[in-house]
Amino acid sequence: MHTPRLNWIVCAVAMVALCGISSAQVTKYQEDQSLGTESHIGKLTGHAQDAKMNYRRYCVGCHGELGDGEGENAVWLDPKPRNFTLATFKCRSTPTGTLPTDEDLFNTIGRGLESSNMPSWNPLSSQARADLVAYVKHFSERWKNEKPGALIEVTPEPAVTAERIQAGQALFQKLECWKCHGVEGRANGPSADTLTDDQNRAIKPFNFHDQTRFKCGTEDRDLYRIFMSGLDGTPMPSFADNVKPDEAWDLVFYLRTLQPRTSTNIKEKQIAKQLGLKPINPNPPAPAAAPAPAPAPATENKSDDQNK
Amino acid sequence: MRKPNSHKLMAIFSGLILLAVAVQVSQRVVKAAPPSGTSVSGMVKLDGTAPHQKPIDMSKEPSCAAIHKDHPVTTEGVVAGADGSLANVVVYISEGWSGGDVSSNPDPVFNQKGCQYQPHVMAVDENQHFKVVNSDQTSHNIHPMPAPGGANHEWNKSQPPGAAPIDTSWPAPEVAVHVKCNIHPWMSGYMVVIKGPYGISDDKGSYKIDNLPPGNYTLTAWQETYGTQAQKITVAAGKPATANFTFKAK
Repeated sequence: MHTPRLNWIVCAVAMVALCGISSAQVTKYQEDQSLGTESHIGKLTGHAQDAKMNYRRYCVGCHGELGDGEGENAVWLDPKPRNFTLATFKCRSTPTGTLPTDEDLFNTIGRGLESSNMPSWNPLSSQARADLVAYVKHFSERWKNEKPGALIEVTPEPAVTAERIQAGQALFQKLECWKCHGVEGRANGPSADTLTDDQNRAIKPFNFHDQTRFKCGTEDRDLYRIFMSGLDGTPMPSFADNVKPDEAWDLVFYLRTLQPRTSTNIKEKQIAKQLGLKPINPNPPAPAAAPAPAPAPATENKSDDQNK
Repeated sequence: MRKPNSHKLMAIFSGLILLAVAVQVSQRVVKAAPPSGTSVSGMVKLDGTAPHQKPIDMSKEPSCAAIHKDHPVTTEGVVAGADGSLANVVVYISEGWSGGDVSSNPDPVFNQKGCQYQPHVMAVDENQHFKVVNSDQTSHNIHPMPAPGGANHEWNKSQPPGAAPIDTSWPAPEVAVHVKCNIHPWMSGYMVVIKGPYGISDDKGSYKIDNLPPGNYTLTAWQETYGTQAQKITVAAGKPATANFTFKAK
């Protein structure tokens, strides 16, 4: 029987229980020691503590409360949201295996990630983004014990020339980029179909033929950094051990010739057209056999002819 | 009167320095003496039928397919002999080791050959430098993937044919770091990082660990498909010990 008194008791108990549950949730954020994490980007200092509300409003849906990429939207997304607890990031200006700089994370948040569900967060103030960088860092202990890697040297960008584009094409062949990216950069190389990321999920290589913007930026220097740092967590390795800084620009200019024409590659496309640049041949023919030695004068061969 | 005193002081001072050096040197000599040790050895076996190892199709990499055309290769998840011997099992001290790092493997090399990793399982000490070499006609990328959250971090480097060896090390013990090549997805190998001595079972299933000081230890055997097994052993001076392991086929 639902007497008014019983109703009041049930309501009171429900309110106490709900308050308890919600305060427990607030406590989870408040008690976390690593909310003291800071970030430093130029003159800005970000504080993880100040990003809590923005993270809950804008980020938690994909990246999850625990920063593990298991937000409620994650099941519908491909590529999956970054798992911050692993402290492995794609867009870095530091060598493979090392942490990115705070500025790398700041730029990624601001720029967003092309062809993914990570939007550009430039509408947030730079202070808010700096605070979010600190918040991203607080999810992994690695930031406490380790400094970001040494900055990859990006030498000043030289002028685009035909020689450089041809040298870049030779590098594309020698480094076997085509194995994944394909000879025309169409992401259809022999190894493209079997690529998996560090969590064994299928992943596609970048398609230069169709795409104009990279996940980690749009400028030539961003492309330079991509293959010199490697995209950690993905199959894309670092080529820093085998490519000198000057050669790296040759490769950048050649890769630009594979892309659709935009404002970023006018010169490269022009030169490629002038050169009549063709895709590389992944299986160049074996070098021609050495020519047969010139026959000796007839008199000396008489005995041989008789034996044949 | 001062001069004779200063000579005396010099003599005493020099004497003290000589004494200090002598003490240091004598201590150093004591430290450098290696401990004499005993060995533990044994056999690692598989109880049951080894799972079928799938043949590897290397047609996407003609230069490697050509190397194996007479002897096709298979996956190496379980490498078992006809007599049930298990190879590639790393046996190491998991408890009781109070010494520091010991180079059971003085010059470790992880070689990419015929589009496979040789050795399939390489064991090194923490912080021990080892080399990664590409002996093939094709590029590989070395992509070790340690468990996240530890001091060992994932990295990924391209290594074209003829490139210099990659010299690197792992800062923390880990059993074991899986290594893959993204260009050649069938490639799979392990780097096992250990603090202390270890042995790896050969193709007859036989392993040996040398230079163990007498004491009580826990010996652990790790196999990539079957995981780990542990045994407690006691090593007495001058008496080589035996410890055998048997993994059950699933």
